[in-house]
Amino acid sequence: MMPANESRAKGVTVRLEDVSFDYGEAPFRFDVGFAAAKITAIMGPSGSGKSTLLNLVAGFEAPRSGRVLIDGSDVSAAPPSARPVSMVFQENNLFAHLSVERNVGLGRSPSLSLGDADHAAIAEALARVGLAGKERRLPRELSGGERQRVALARVLVRDRPVLLLDEPFASLGPALRDDMLDLLANVHTERQMTVLFVTHQPEDARRIGQDMVFLDNHTVAATGTAADFFDGSGPDAFRRYVGMDAAKGSRLDDRG
Amino acid sequence: MQLAPRSDPRITAGIAALGAITLLIGGAFAGLVIEGAHDFSGAASAFDPYLLRVVRFTLWQALLSTLLSVVPALFVARALARHPRFPGRGLILQLFALPLALPAIVAALGILALYGSAGYFAGLLGGRDWPGIYGLSGILVAHVFFNLPLATRLFLEALGTVPANHWRLASQLGMGVRHAFRLIEWPALRAALPGVAGLVFMLCITSFTIVLTLGGGPAATTLEVAIYQALRFDFDPARAVTLTLLQIALTFAVVLALTRLGANTAGDANLPVAARRYLSASPTETLLNAALIVLALLFVAGPMAATVAAGLGADLGRLAGEGAVRQATLTSVVLAFLSASLAVTMSLALIAARRALALKRRAGRKTLLEHAADTGAGFVLVVPPIVVGAGWFLLLRTVSDVFAIAPLMVVTVNAVMAMPFAIRAIRPAYDAASERHERLCLLLGISGWNRLSLIDWPSLRRPLATGFAFAMALSLGDLGVIALFGSDSVQTLPYLLLARMGSYRTADAAGLALLLGLVCLALVLAADRLGRGERS
Repeated sequence: MMPANESRAKGVTVRLEDVSFDYGEAPFRFDVGFAAAKITAIMGPSGSGKSTLLNLVAGFEAPRSGRVLIDGSDVSAAPPSARPVSMVFQENNLFAHLSVERNVGLGRSPSLSLGDADHAAIAEALARVGLAGKERRLPRELSGGERQRVALARVLVRDRPVLLLDEPFASLGPALRDDMLDLLANVHTERQMTVLFVTHQPEDARRIGQDMVFLDNHTVAATGTAADFFDGSGPDAFRRYVGMDAAKGSRLDDRG
Repeated sequence: MQLAPRSDPRITAGIAALGAITLLIGGAFAGLVIEGAHDFSGAASAFDPYLLRVVRFTLWQALLSTLLSVVPALFVARALARHPRFPGRGLILQLFALPLALPAIVAALGILALYGSAGYFAGLLGGRDWPGIYGLSGILVAHVFFNLPLATRLFLEALGTVPANHWRLASQLGMGVRHAFRLIEWPALRAALPGVAGLVFMLCITSFTIVLTLGGGPAATTLEVAIYQALRFDFDPARAVTLTLLQIALTFAVVLALTRLGANTAGDANLPVAARRYLSASPTETLLNAALIVLALLFVAGPMAATVAAGLGADLGRLAGEGAVRQATLTSVVLAFLSASLAVTMSLALIAARRALALKRRAGRKTLLEHAADTGAGFVLVVPPIVVGAGWFLLLRTVSDVFAIAPLMVVTVNAVMAMPFAIRAIRPAYDAASERHERLCLLLGISGWNRLSLIDWPSLRRPLATGFAFAMALSLGDLGVIALFGSDSVQTLPYLLLARMGSYRTADAAGLALLLGLVCLALVLAADRLGRGERS
């Protein structure tokens, strides 16, 4: 294991090349790239394929055809743990019977055989996400926001160049979500990983998104910078989806 | 399509478990087929009026037992549902869970001690006009003792599925008791009725110990007991083959009908939760319900109390010092321990394989293997222990000393018989844990031993212990296989108990029954406690 504060992984590009996939119904088709070291917000109606896209990158699903490229190399056949990817889900990110410290430790060693350097890295990561002193707690003794912080600490100790976020803050209240978004933005500034951020909240995307990918009908409907999407020049389907008043241009109706 | 490791060890383990079950049951069938082919005319000539009478009695007693268990259970369950909170309700439900765990031979002894011609009841009446309880009446009383509480619990569970809003609505609309029953309770009960009745019928048709101990002579014999007698007393293998095939056909037909009706053939070990009720009962109804509950309570508690009373009357000190008793106890515990270990291991293998296959499949059709892992253990219910035992008995009698393989048969057959129950205890927890952990483990690369020790074991410890305790209780109390294979050199407690009963050493039998009953109850209470523990 490498020392805690050395040679951290920098973001790399992620690309889905003519990927098709299906659960037995209408197929998904993705042909899209994600810039290195940027936060790309992925939005779209329910069932449009946001989570499926993340699952393809993470390796939980295998494409029927096409390739998944990370940093230019084809990972389509690699198991999830062999990909340079970390992921945070909306819930169940932690093992309920393991302490905070051990949950984070699993990011360093899947057998929890941890050395001094690992413990140092874990302590540093927990401090970074504001959980110093809660190492011995069990997940059930934490709030929902704290649990997601533990998941983020594990992302830090795993130190992979790509971070996939599948609506990680969807079950948090507005104030907590803002805190988490700030934390995420700060961590991103330090680590410069490539972040694919699936969210239902236009506010999330506007707040920390740099690029945007909009999915509709099982495929990529539009891509661009977040700024373009939110200043009214985004595609109609996106404006309808977020409830943006087309006449006034940029007012957002937060759909909660 | 799911990217899982290509050769998931869970699937391999599941295939191994299925292979072991197939070997056990296939070997029994091979024994039957070989014997049948060897002496075909003998097997065919076994179809005689006596056989037809046995078949008729088997069906008749099962039908009567089912009616007498299920109809009263409907009303007892409703009475309990109408009064969700009264002191002792929880205790009554716990008590109703006990017969499921009580070895049949212990219950039979309790019933004899209470209603037998030399029992407490006869003593109360002065002993003159009391006819005793052997034959059909004894069988019915014992079957109702086992199945009335079971059916009550299952119906109560069905009533518990009525959404609370329906009750709120009923009280808002001013529904009377009768209308509430017709519109709310009866539909829930009726939905459960075919399944519950089918399950009870199935249990009665395969009941061995009760008929062996309480049935009397050729007039009150079922197929299973006839198989046992053909092998152990008449030594008429050809006849045993015919009887066994008939028993298989019969149980198969019943199980087929059951699956059509959507019955859950593994019974239930969980206590239903008391939901809040919004219609209060009138004083008359309360009185009626109370009478009903007290009657059911007396009926269920009576034989248990009699077991304890008769057992305490035995010379327990002398029994405990007896070499045969000590040896049988040791044999029982060791065999039951091995049997439960095997049952839990194989159950876990099947559960894990089923889950792994389901994850791999995602959408699309189930493969044959997944079907087998899913329902494979349920099929053992088609072939009762006596049948498996009879098949192996026939297969091995020519090549070796059948009594020498008694331990192996007891351990394996009882393990497989306990599997449906163990699976019910373990599978929900396993699937829920897998639901939470599967992707995380893939993502973090936690697999194999790491996964078993760090992730699976901590979340499955309790349900595994529940399944283990239950399987051990079942195995400890079983008389089916050991009745066939037991001998002076290999005796379990139930076997010894049967021998003491046979030689009219009633006090000894009562003492042993108390010992056996207490051990099984302790195990099942432990299982229940473990099963209801924290699940976060």
